[in-house]
Amino acid sequence: MSAGIDLENVVCDFGSFRAVDHVNVSIKPGEFFSFLGPSGCGKTTILRMISGFTEPTQGVVRIGGVDVRGQRPNQRPTALIFQNLALFPLMTVAENIAFGLEVRGIDKAKRRARADELLRLVDLPGAADKYPSQLSGGQKQRVAIARALAVEPAVMLLDEPLSALDLKLRQHMRAELRAIQKRTGVTFIYITHDQGEALAMSDRVGVMSQGRIQQVADPREIYNNPVNGFVASFVGENNIFDGTVVNPAGGMASYETPLGTFRARLGELATGKGVKLFVRPEHTAISLTAAVENAVPVTISEVSFEGSFISVHGVAAGGKTLVAEIRNDGAATVPAIGSAAFMSFDPALGAILPDAETDR
Amino acid sequence: MQDLIRRYGAGLTGLMVLLVAFWLLMLVIIPNITLFESSFRPYLPVVEMGGPRDVYSVNNYMKVFDGSVETTILGMTFMVPVHIRTFFLTIWYSVTVTLACFVLAYPIAFYLAKIANPKSVPTLLLLLFVPLWVSEVLRAFAWWIILALKGPLNSLLLSLSLIDKPVRWITDYDAVLIGLVYTYILFMLFPIYNAISSLDTNQIEAAEDLGASRWRIHWRIVLPHSKPGIASGAVMVFMLSAGSLLVPSILGSTTSQWFTQTIQQWMNDALDWNTASAYAFLLLFLCTAFVSLVMWIFRVKLSDIAK
Amino acid sequence: MHKLRTTLSHLYMGAFLIYLIIPLVIMAGAAFNDSKLPSIVPWRGWTLRWFHDLFQDERMWTALFNTMVVALAVAVISIIIGTASAILINSISGRIRTVIYGLMISTILIPGAVIGISTLLMWNKIGVPPGLHLSVLGQVSYIAAMVMLLVLARLQTFDGALEEAALDLGASHGQVMRRILLPHLYPAIGAGGAVAFFQSIENFNVTQFTRGGADTLTVYVFSRVRSGITPTINALALIMITITLMAAVWYELSRRRKERIMLAGMSRDED
Ligand SMILES: Nc1ncnc2c1ncn2[C@@H]1O[C@H](COP(=O)(O)OP(=O)(O)OP(=O)(O)O)[C@@H](O)[C@H]1O
Ligand SMILES: [Mg+2]
Repeated sequence: MSAGIDLENVVCDFGSFRAVDHVNVSIKPGEFFSFLGPSGCGKTTILRMISGFTEPTQGVVRIGGVDVRGQRPNQRPTALIFQNLALFPLMTVAENIAFGLEVRGIDKAKRRARADELLRLVDLPGAADKYPSQLSGGQKQRVAIARALAVEPAVMLLDEPLSALDLKLRQHMRAELRAIQKRTGVTFIYITHDQGEALAMSDRVGVMSQGRIQQVADPREIYNNPVNGFVASFVGENNIFDGTVVNPAGGMASYETPLGTFRARLGELATGKGVKLFVRPEHTAISLTAAVENAVPVTISEVSFEGSFISVHGVAAGGKTLVAEIRNDGAATVPAIGSAAFMSFDPALGAILPDAETDR
Repeated sequence: MQDLIRRYGAGLTGLMVLLVAFWLLMLVIIPNITLFESSFRPYLPVVEMGGPRDVYSVNNYMKVFDGSVETTILGMTFMVPVHIRTFFLTIWYSVTVTLACFVLAYPIAFYLAKIANPKSVPTLLLLLFVPLWVSEVLRAFAWWIILALKGPLNSLLLSLSLIDKPVRWITDYDAVLIGLVYTYILFMLFPIYNAISSLDTNQIEAAEDLGASRWRIHWRIVLPHSKPGIASGAVMVFMLSAGSLLVPSILGSTTSQWFTQTIQQWMNDALDWNTASAYAFLLLFLCTAFVSLVMWIFRVKLSDIAK
Repeated sequence: MHKLRTTLSHLYMGAFLIYLIIPLVIMAGAAFNDSKLPSIVPWRGWTLRWFHDLFQDERMWTALFNTMVVALAVAVISIIIGTASAILINSISGRIRTVIYGLMISTILIPGAVIGISTLLMWNKIGVPPGLHLSVLGQVSYIAAMVMLLVLARLQTFDGALEEAALDLGASHGQVMRRILLPHLYPAIGAGGAVAFFQSIENFNVTQFTRGGADTLTVYVFSRVRSGITPTINALALIMITITLMAAVWYELSRRRKERIMLAGMSRDED
C-alpha cells in the first residue's frame, strides 16, 4: 500500500507572488523523501498541493500515476501531519486516532481495536483515554502519526513535525519515524528546514530555494556534490572564495583569487557571474609548511574544542577568515593561537559552483 | 483585598468597596428582595396598607389560573388559564426564535470566520453592526411597515404574481416572531463567530484530510468547538426575546399576547404593582431556569456565557 | 462541486446582508413619501414635509434632551462603578470572587421588565417618586456590568509590577491610580462609556416602568408607533440611521488609517 508521486511543472501563485516555480520531482513508492529549504521557500505549499488543500496554478500532480487535480483532500490517498499537529482537543487519543475510521462508517469495537493496535505501533500503549492536552510533545507527535496511519494512506505527508520538540526528543523521534516508515512501507514525504534531519532520515532529498528545486539526490550526493552554491552553503559549512575560472579542462579548472590560484573540481554550469569556490572545513587541512597544492598562509586566530572535532580559525592576507576542522583522534596536534600555518585542500574536494537557480 | 490597600491606600479602597456595595445592594439585591416581598402582598387602597388585611399570601401567583380559554395542542382541545397559556406560548416562541436565529446565523458565522477573504471581514462586520446600532423600536417599526397589508412585501409578491391577494402577515404571533428574529439574530451571530474564529483552521483540514464530509466536520469539529459561543448566543437571544416588550407590542396582533405585556397591564393599566411583581418574579424564575438548563446541556459556566 | 459551495456561501452572505439592511432602507425611504401613512408603496411623490413636522414637534425635542441627559448620566455612573468593580474583582480570588462575579454578570441577564419594576418598588418604598432618575439607576444596574467586563479584560493585561515600581519611587496611592493604572485602562473605559451611552439610548423596558411621565426618545417613538402614526417617525429614523452610519464609516476609516500607518512603520523598519 504505497504510491509514488509525480510533480510535473508545478507552479503555484498567490496573487502576483509565485510561491512554487516549475517544480519537477518524481517520488518513488515506499521512498522516504524530504523537501529541505529555508523558511518561506514553498515547502508547505508543495505539500498542500499534494494533499489537495491548494490547487496548482499550472502543472500536474499525480499520485500512483493518477492525475489528482480537482480531487478534494478527502478523496486522495494521502494523510497529512500538520506543522502544529492539529490534534482534536475535545476528543480522546483513541477517538482522534479512530476519527478517520469513524468517518468511513467502521463500527465502534473495530475502531477501538485498530486504535489500540496503532498506539502499540507508535509505542504509546495506555494513552488511549487521555486527552491531547494531557500528553507531552513527543507523545502528541506519536498520536498524530497514528491518526494519519489509521486511514492506511498510500502517502504520508509530514510538515516539519519535529520542529516543536527539544533536541534530544527530536533525535529520538527521527529514528522512530524512520523505523515506522520501514515497518509500514508507506511513502513518506517529509518537510524540514533542518539539514541534519533531512540527511539523516531520507532516501532522497530535494533542496529548495525561493520556490524552485535546486537539487534532488540522495543525502551523500547532496552533501558531497552540491550542484550550486545555494545547496553547498545551505547543507553544511564552507570556506568560500571569490574569483574567476581559468582554463577549465576535464572537469577541473584553475580559480584565480586574491589569495592565489587554486585548482578544484568544476561544477556543471559554473560559468559567468556568481561562480564561487567552496571548500568544506573538514576538507581543509592545516600544516606548518607550504603543502604541494592549494595552500594559503594564515595566522591562527581561534581554536575551539568541539568534542569529536577541533575547529581552527585562521586569518589570511586581507583579513579573510578560513575555518578548518580537525578530527579529534586523540593525537591531533593543534597549532597555538597567533602562530603561522598553512591551510590547504585536496583539489578533488574543492568545488567551483554556480549561484542558486533563482531568476524570478 | 490586602493587596488593594497596599496599592491604593485605605481611602481609595474603601471608596471602591462602597461603590460596588451600592451597585450590588441598592441596585440589584434589595430591589429584587423588595420585588419578591411585594409579590406576596395584596393590592389594597393606600389607607388599608399595613392594616389587618395586609397579610402575606400567594393570591397574586394564583391569579395566573384565572379565566380559562380553549386551546388546541396537537389536535386535542384543553381549557387552559389565559395567563398560563401566555406564559408557555412566550417560552415556546422564544425557543423557536432562538432556534431560528441559530440556524440562520451559524452559516454566516462560519462564513465570516473561515471562508470569507480576511481582508473583507472588517467591512462585513461593520455592515453587520449597523443594524445593531439602530434602536430596537425602529427595527420593529421597519417590519411593521414591510409587513403591513398594503405594504411593500405584499406589493412585491403581488407584482411578481407569487400571490394573488395580499397576505395578512401581522396575524397571530407571526409578525412577532419575524421581528424578534430580525432584532436579536446578531446576538447569536457574534458569539458564534468569535468561537469559530478561535478554531485552528488546521483542525478542519485535518478532519477533511482524514476523509470527513462537510457535515461531519461541522458535527464533530466545528460545533463542539463553538459550544460556548452557541450557549452564550442562545441565552442572550432567549432572554431578550422572552423579556421583549417593544417587539410584541408593535408587531403583535389582536390574538397575540406576550408575558411581558401581561406584566405591563398589571402594572400600568390595573395599577396592581404587587401582582405585577408576582408575574415579574415568574418571568425572572423562567429566565433563571432557562439559563441553568442551557448551561447544563452545554456544560458551560456562567462566566463562559457573559463574554 | 467545491466551487459551487463557495459561490453558494457568498450568495447566502449577500442575502443575509440584504435581509439586514433592506428594512432600514425601506423605513428611511418612507420618510420622503408624500403619503399620510408611513410606507414606500404607493409612492405619492417626494416631500420634505415630515422632516419639517418632526422639527416642529416639541415633545420630540424634550424626549431627545431627556435621552441625552439620561445616557450621559448612565455612562458616567456606569464607568465609575464598572471600573471600581473590575479593579476589585481582579484583586480578590476564591469562592467569594465566584459569587460576586456571578452576581455582577447575572444582572445582564435579568429581564428589563424585572429590573424596572423592582427598582420602582424599592425606591418607591423609601419615598423616591418615579421619574428619569430611577430610569438612570435601573439602567446602571446592568450596564455597569458591561463596563466591568470590558475593563476587566483590559486589566488582565496590566503588569502589577508597574504600580509597585511607582510606589517604590515614592508615589502616593492616588498618584499610582491616576498616573499608572487609569491610563492603562483608558481605552477600555472609553469603549465602556460608548457602549453604556448606546445601551442607554436603546433602553426601553427599564425606562418604561420607571420613567413616571417623562419621555425618552425610544418611549416617544414607541408611543408614536402605537398611536396616530405619521412618517415623521421615519424622518427621525433616517436621521438616527445616518448618524449611526457616519459614526461607523468614521470608525472604519480611522481603523484603516491606523493600519496603514502601522504598515508604513513596519516597512520603514525593514529598510
Ligand atoms: N495562502 C497564501 N496566500 C499568500 N501567500 C502565501 C499563502 N500561503 C503561503 N504563501 C507564501 O508563499 C511562500 C511559501 O510559503 P510556505 O508556507 O510554502 O513556506 P514554507 O517553506 O513552508 O515555510 P516554513 O518553513 O516557514 O513553514 C511564503 O512566502 C508565504 O508567504
Ligand atoms: Mg511550512
